[in-house]
Amino acid sequence: MLTPRFIAVADHALLVEFASEISDPANASVRALDRALAADPPRGLREVVPAYVNLLIDFDPLESDHKTLEMAVQSLLKAPATVPPTGTQRTVEVCYDADFAPDLAAVATATGLDEAAVVNAHLAGDYRVFMFGFAPGYAYLAGVPPQIQVPRKAAPLRGIAAGSVLIAGPQCLVTTLTMPTGWSIIGRSPTQILRTDPARPFLFDVGDRVTFKRIDRAGFARAEKAARA
Amino acid sequence: MTEARFRVIATGPHVSVQDAGRFGQMRFGVPASGPMDRTAHAIANRAVARPPEAAGIEVSRGGLVLECLSGAVSLAVTGGGFIVESGEARAGSWVRTTIRAGQRLTIRPGHWGSWAYLAFAGALVSPHWLGHAATHSMSGLGGGKLTVGQEILVTGARLLGDEAKIPCPVFARPLHRVHVVMGPQDRFFDSATQARFLHEPFSLTDAYDRMGVRLKGPPLMPVGALSIPSEPILRGSVQVAGDGVATILLADHQTTGGYPKIATILSADLDRLVQLRPRDRLRFCAVSAAEAVARARLHAARIRPYFSAIGPR
Repeated sequence: MLTPRFIAVADHALLVEFASEISDPANASVRALDRALAADPPRGLREVVPAYVNLLIDFDPLESDHKTLEMAVQSLLKAPATVPPTGTQRTVEVCYDADFAPDLAAVATATGLDEAAVVNAHLAGDYRVFMFGFAPGYAYLAGVPPQIQVPRKAAPLRGIAAGSVLIAGPQCLVTTLTMPTGWSIIGRSPTQILRTDPARPFLFDVGDRVTFKRIDRAGFARAEKAARA
Repeated sequence: MTEARFRVIATGPHVSVQDAGRFGQMRFGVPASGPMDRTAHAIANRAVARPPEAAGIEVSRGGLVLECLSGAVSLAVTGGGFIVESGEARAGSWVRTTIRAGQRLTIRPGHWGSWAYLAFAGALVSPHWLGHAATHSMSGLGGGKLTVGQEILVTGARLLGDEAKIPCPVFARPLHRVHVVMGPQDRFFDSATQARFLHEPFSLTDAYDRMGVRLKGPPLMPVGALSIPSEPILRGSVQVAGDGVATILLADHQTTGGYPKIATILSADLDRLVQLRPRDRLRFCAVSAAEAVARARLHAARIRPYFSAIGPR
């Protein structure tokens, strides 16, 4: 693991920062510490929020303080490195039909590919859940292949349906609510990310690997129907 | 079982069911939500002998009118200095009263405060999400926002006697000078900007909802912060956008984001800050991390005797 910087946040949190820019070693360190904290939570720990290069520990100030937690993290970091977790493999179904993919043609134009090649490149990507943010279950998946990486649009579009599959730069995500987005919409997924199972209310956890599986319109309709049942 | 049933006659925006909050889900993009003023919410519950985390109704400055359709139940209203009309009686908030079938309960803004808390002496029946009735405003998940015509059911409804005032403690009143710990990204602000943040007044704007409140004040231009990776955000983060405008993130905050946070407000001060209104003045005062923890402990020690002193005997 890399050696982190510790930054106190208000009266109840500690930010553990492994790097200032996104890198694989920094993110691997975040995931390893996240796992170590889950296995052996220090006194007063309330919750842990992993992100790309840092991890936030929220604690009860009546039970602990920044220095005590810093020392607890230091001793976890000194423990022999465990094998970095590989994450569980998850599959997300996606239908790329034109009405579900209003920006597919623009992505094709911007990248000099045809639409089928954009879809194939998207399906070929190996994605990993780096963090959640913005909205419940909104998982940032890194791993969009370089040949279809496009910047954000200049202005966000409002009212984008839940289940939309979006890309911007190296990141991909599947929306969980109707909301505005400036990312390119290249498909729609019927896969339920917010689930009704109280034991696992979200499809993914940070560190999971994700592959997309193409489905046709009939498959989309079947999956939607099954999700509603 | 004794029930009381209500219909929503009128409701402002941002009026929602809130329990103490849905903790432990930030890693999945879910903030705790729960009451904007957690202290006032807990006091309202205590005043009607309910557990501090029980679900109640958070009332915005848009106000709320309920009609009691059947049954009778005692209730408490705390939070800002709102006006409470229950049947023929009219009182300020920080009151415990009783409402019966055929009567109306009106809660509307008074002289101060942005949020009022209505707690019933009984269980408020509402949808739950991830085990909690707290409403996440962006998605509407949880107990939900109130809508006109909606019916509300309170089970196990109890009557707690005559109307009684609830003392409004100093620690539940609005605060114009809040304590912060600088950072976690204060390094993106030069020393002159940090000094402006701590020495010049700000005010709240109308861009104020459960997600956050935008401030008006001196520009706080970040330096070289355009490429910071998205990272965790907390309730109380003072986030500065590229245009130098600060926003305080509140109960329904995003859980991660890429704007630099110049400072983070102490949790005990945050419950008091949210009772300010747009155009009210606000100043920031920096303390060390150790002093912040000491203040959290002092706050807890102040609250304890108050809680044991109130509530029906």
